[in-house]
Amino acid sequence: MNGLLHQLVSGIASGGIYASVALALVMIYQATHHVNFAQGEMAMFSTYIALTLIEAGVPYWGAFVITVAVSFVIGAAIQRVLMNPMANAPVLASVGIFIGLLLMFNSVAGWLFTYTLKPFPSPFGEGPPLFGGFVSRHELGSTIVTLIVLLTVWAFFRFTRLGLAMRAAAFNPVSSRLVGIPVGSMLALGWGLAAAIGAVAGMMIAPVVFLDPNMMSGVLLYAFAGALLGGITNPLGAVVGGFMVGVIENIGGAYIVGTELKLTLALVIIVVVLVVRPAGLFGKTVVNRV
Amino acid sequence: MPTPDAPALLEAVGLHGAYGESKVLHGLDFVVDQGGVTALLGANGAGKTTTLRAICGMIRTAGEIRFNGARIDGRATDAIARLGIAHVPDGRGTFMELTVAENLRLGAYARRDKAGVAADFARMFGYFPTLRERLRQQAGTLSGGEQQMLAIARALLLHPKLLLLDEPSFGLAPRIVRDIFTIMQRIVQEEGVGVLVVEQNASLALAIADRAYLLETGRIVMAGPAADIRRDEAVRRSYLGY
Repeated sequence: MNGLLHQLVSGIASGGIYASVALALVMIYQATHHVNFAQGEMAMFSTYIALTLIEAGVPYWGAFVITVAVSFVIGAAIQRVLMNPMANAPVLASVGIFIGLLLMFNSVAGWLFTYTLKPFPSPFGEGPPLFGGFVSRHELGSTIVTLIVLLTVWAFFRFTRLGLAMRAAAFNPVSSRLVGIPVGSMLALGWGLAAAIGAVAGMMIAPVVFLDPNMMSGVLLYAFAGALLGGITNPLGAVVGGFMVGVIENIGGAYIVGTELKLTLALVIIVVVLVVRPAGLFGKTVVNRV
Repeated sequence: MPTPDAPALLEAVGLHGAYGESKVLHGLDFVVDQGGVTALLGANGAGKTTTLRAICGMIRTAGEIRFNGARIDGRATDAIARLGIAHVPDGRGTFMELTVAENLRLGAYARRDKAGVAADFARMFGYFPTLRERLRQQAGTLSGGEQQMLAIARALLLHPKLLLLDEPSFGLAPRIVRDIFTIMQRIVQEEGVGVLVVEQNASLALAIADRAYLLETGRIVMAGPAADIRRDEAVRRSYLGY
């Protein structure tokens, strides 16, 4: 029983990471109607930036904030420089850019930081597990950080004028321009925000899995499964889906398929969702009357 | 008619417009006056919608477009909107996925005067009481007539000096069209906004317009006070159908 509870808790902790990356995927998806395959590699690269800063003597939370800010700028710059000229290009052009970005970030990280696994510090301390041994300090801390990020993003989109404008620009760029919204800037902001969310996810998962240029490839797959499970058109659904995938992965890995085959669970989820309920659990099919 | 010392609200001189390689507008000259209704009439494919798109910088243009005397051709669509030109586009431009309230808030996106916006919201609910009842509803589930009302309210919330209306009667039942045009007349009187309305339904547009232009394959073939155009024998036979 204790074992199960422990698996559940660590499932929620890693689920938070998947939820963050799933949210980043959904944000780009809503604006471009494509999945940004490079989202994970961008997060990995951000994590290296954080490690470089920490090794240079910057305190953890200082490095955290700088990394989030730099990632935001990188994300926004990618939209402006690479995606914006592709606005009217065929689907494959965007997909090509995403794959190119994935390879580029992966290789540049390998070239700059080598492919060896590196430990990444946790800001929550080593100490003994809490609450009778169920929760490690990092699990608790990273889950709290993730929840704060998700809530902040939700409140931003739900309650602010800028958040509404960003949603409008993603849904209906033509009408958005007609009410005076600079659509290009909104899309760049969205990319920046997605990259910043990914950076937090990278910094939170790195102490658990160690940092290397391929750190996020598995995470991206779980996050994609989470986004599909919750509904790739629904940010809230994607977040819930991310948490669910984390729990399924941990419990399934521990009791059903074993740790070596855990990643296949993500593929199973993807296939089952696409066959049984392509819109996902919470994906709403938008009703249009004419 | 515009006097030399007071520039027209909107003035186009030799306006050309094209979608990629295909040219649609061939040198239009027209004006829209402050507080008046100007109708742009013509058959399907004459270039009416394209003219509105040209004003808003949504297509490639040549020639001059002046708004309150200042050139706006070549500027970005969102910048033109922020100058005070609201456009109810072809197909109404509803933000389908968002709620009615969010659609309206987006209409006022470019404005910073909170008190003014709140007052304008109240006035819109006066014109269109159904919108108030449906504030929390997803806009895509509104009927066509309600979406048209939403589109007009959204455009007016920009507090525009110029309102461009693209076929407000399109796809609506005659009774709803009559309701909307009745409210439009009220809006024109009360808001003091200059209106350029594009309509296939010429008799409807001429009933509320002061001035009208008749477009044929991208050229203006007739211009003048709406009353004169309505009496014109050829227009009556071709466009008014009696």
